[in-house]
Amino acid sequence: MGAYVLRRLLATIPVMVVVAVFVFFLLRLAPGDPAAIIAGEDATAEAIAAVRAKLGLDRPVIEQFALWLYGLAQGDLGVSIFSNLPVTRLIAQRLEPTLALTLSTLIVAVCLAIPMGVLAAWKARGLADRLVMAFAVMGFAMPTFLVGYGLIFIFSVKLGWLPVQGYRPIAQGFWPFVETLILPSVALGIAYMALIARITRASMLEVLSEDYIRTANSKGLATGRVLMLHALKNASVPIVTVIGIGIALLISGVVITETVFNIPGLGRLTVDAVLKRDYPIVQGLILVFAGAKVAVNLLIDLSYAALDPRIRY
Amino acid sequence: MTGKPAFLPARWTAAAAIAAGAFVATPAVQAQEKVLRAVMHADVRTLDPFWTTQTIAGIHGMIVYDTLFGNDEDGRAHPQMVGKYTVSEDRKTYDFTLRDGLKFHDGSPVATKDVVASLRRWAARDPVGQRLFSFTDKLEAIDDKSFRLVLKEPYSMVLESLGKSGTSVPIIMREKEALTDPNTQITEVVGSGPFKFAKEQWVPGSKTVYLKNADYVPRPGNEPPSSFAGSKVPKVDRLELVWIADPQTAMSALVNGEIDFYEAPSIDFLPILAKARGVKLMKTGKIDSTFGLIRLNHLHPPFDNVKARQAMYYLVNQEDFLRAIVGDSEYYTVCHALIVCGSALGNDAGSEMMKEYNPKKALQLFKEAGYKGEPITVLQATDHVTITPATQVLVQAMREAGLNVDAQAMDWGSVVSRRAKKEPPAQGGWNIFVTTSGTVGGSNPILHTWIGAACDKGLFGWPCDAEVEKLRSAYGFAHTDEEKMKVARDLQKRAIEQVVYVPFGQWTQPIAYRADRIDGIVPNTGLPVFWNIGKK
Repeated sequence: MGAYVLRRLLATIPVMVVVAVFVFFLLRLAPGDPAAIIAGEDATAEAIAAVRAKLGLDRPVIEQFALWLYGLAQGDLGVSIFSNLPVTRLIAQRLEPTLALTLSTLIVAVCLAIPMGVLAAWKARGLADRLVMAFAVMGFAMPTFLVGYGLIFIFSVKLGWLPVQGYRPIAQGFWPFVETLILPSVALGIAYMALIARITRASMLEVLSEDYIRTANSKGLATGRVLMLHALKNASVPIVTVIGIGIALLISGVVITETVFNIPGLGRLTVDAVLKRDYPIVQGLILVFAGAKVAVNLLIDLSYAALDPRIRY
Repeated sequence: MTGKPAFLPARWTAAAAIAAGAFVATPAVQAQEKVLRAVMHADVRTLDPFWTTQTIAGIHGMIVYDTLFGNDEDGRAHPQMVGKYTVSEDRKTYDFTLRDGLKFHDGSPVATKDVVASLRRWAARDPVGQRLFSFTDKLEAIDDKSFRLVLKEPYSMVLESLGKSGTSVPIIMREKEALTDPNTQITEVVGSGPFKFAKEQWVPGSKTVYLKNADYVPRPGNEPPSSFAGSKVPKVDRLELVWIADPQTAMSALVNGEIDFYEAPSIDFLPILAKARGVKLMKTGKIDSTFGLIRLNHLHPPFDNVKARQAMYYLVNQEDFLRAIVGDSEYYTVCHALIVCGSALGNDAGSEMMKEYNPKKALQLFKEAGYKGEPITVLQATDHVTITPATQVLVQAMREAGLNVDAQAMDWGSVVSRRAKKEPPAQGGWNIFVTTSGTVGGSNPILHTWIGAACDKGLFGWPCDAEVEKLRSAYGFAHTDEEKMKVARDLQKRAIEQVVYVPFGQWTQPIAYRADRIDGIVPNTGLPVFWNIGKK
């Protein structure tokens, strides 16, 4: 197991290098010029050229890449072109809201979707199954921003129960922290719940038709025990896989959710940086996202061994 | 031995500390504090108002820094940091004395060395400053509180230039920062204005925080506020400029009472806001806030020919554009002029050509200009609330007239980059782009950069006409209102003939605010003014 983990960790290095090279050159090939944005609406071409020179954007791309790699090797992701603040600081500022939103979404989705999927499989082709599947189809079909606006309209503007937007760190109190996360977590979690519920149902249906489940039932075991202990555990590998894939989906979903609910997280930072062509921030963020994705995949792979004793690395 | 692990770079430990600090050390706003929360049209990303001409940087600058003069809503200059001043009989020597009690936020007194350095840095970047300094013989400190400006010629726009609003405002910073290369952004924000910048609470892309400057001494006499003139009285303890990117969320936040002030609500939401309890809409000043313009590239065919440029006037029905952008006629004005309608110098000289929508005549003029159906490259922004629909209307009108339009869709950031290219359209250049500009600048021939025709030194499109430039300069030496109006008319007539740009109307952007929570808002065309706003 240790050797496997080490091998996987070492394998991330070329992945990250490819990501770094790809992102750097893709950004430089894309149209747009941060110097023109900085210089502003009424700036002359000469003024833009002066800003570009000062930022080092007039240097050959290879030279810029070498400088960036040199900084990266020392853990330096560079400095934002616009705010002049270190990219590491900007990412750190935005980490907590995104982590909080991702985790709360994950908790909401997993805690609701798995029981829903189990219920649907247990009562297959019954009313409960149809309701769960209808929810799954709708949840997957409805765009996150639409769900978000709907929730804001009902629970914030009309009922006044929850805030429309913003984020309160947990240091400002547990309830203020939670109340700013409820609506975004639900909005982001619905599509995710739909995905997990469907996979749980499909996986459970397959397991429930196995002989050992029939044996367990004929032994007179309680239904709950059969479902949760015998069936769900054996159906969990594809479910865990889809949760892992879903975390990647969450990263893209977070961008929209953070915009709709005005949460100052990494998703918003990414969109703003892309629109402003703030190259160092975009490069730093994509490396962070790629690293997170690699780490999640590794954790999912390792969890297989824990869930299914037949799997060994 | 203690200390951080050697393998962890210092910047990462600092970042980790910030991330961890977010969990445990974010200060809660004290309940008794008066906090004004405002959502602006953009986020404060850069702190140096000279380094960029972005409007939001100008707003930030006016909150933190102070100016020597402030222009009122009619564009007339009134002393602000200056206590008294004299002008010599030949109008070439200006003596200024700073008023008492001016202090920077670090406690150091504002001195004339700061003023001189700040004005020099401003003039290195801003066209209005450059023009003023082109007529300046000497700018010198006499003592710590007095300084002198000596002109080579009796330029009439000295005080209005020093009181300029909009972007690149001549704010006064400490000499230490003012000596920074104008092309390099300053890193310390220490002003002497009514609010202090709280850098440690700044989250770019989310929130910018300012704290009341308790040491600020407003102009004596409780002068009534008018635009940037009058006594500045900071009335709230804390001002937060919150950035909410999504207009629907911002509107809901205002309705729900989470914010107090919304600078630029989407026009689509105005009917909802007008009905919302506690919310009021306010027009931003005496004149509309924005005008739209179609810029033609004078360097390449077909618009290197004046007939093709004039043909574009006949393709613009302003109502079509304004309905697409604004919709509600309460908020827009058809304006067949280059100097903003409703402003002191607004006039109709040379406007006949603009009033007729006639695609056939337009096509005829294009043919006379030698146009044979070559593609006309239009930079079509796809993500701008006003420029996108305006460009769509233009492209449609051109196609209906029989022109071969190559509309190249891209985001606004790409348009901004592409429009600086002087190459022919087939080699990455362009023929037409659409943009908007503020009416404060458009009301005055000197501040109105888009009306200029300074060839290579001018703005994108590079119109080139010595007569236009001569008339712009002449405005700087007109001293009476009659002389100014005459120059403005002559300038507009000539600029329309040469087609420096094709206007498509002007409109106002009302602000929305919680009238049940705040008061004291000063209507102001251009930048919002946050001093004098109180929390109920």
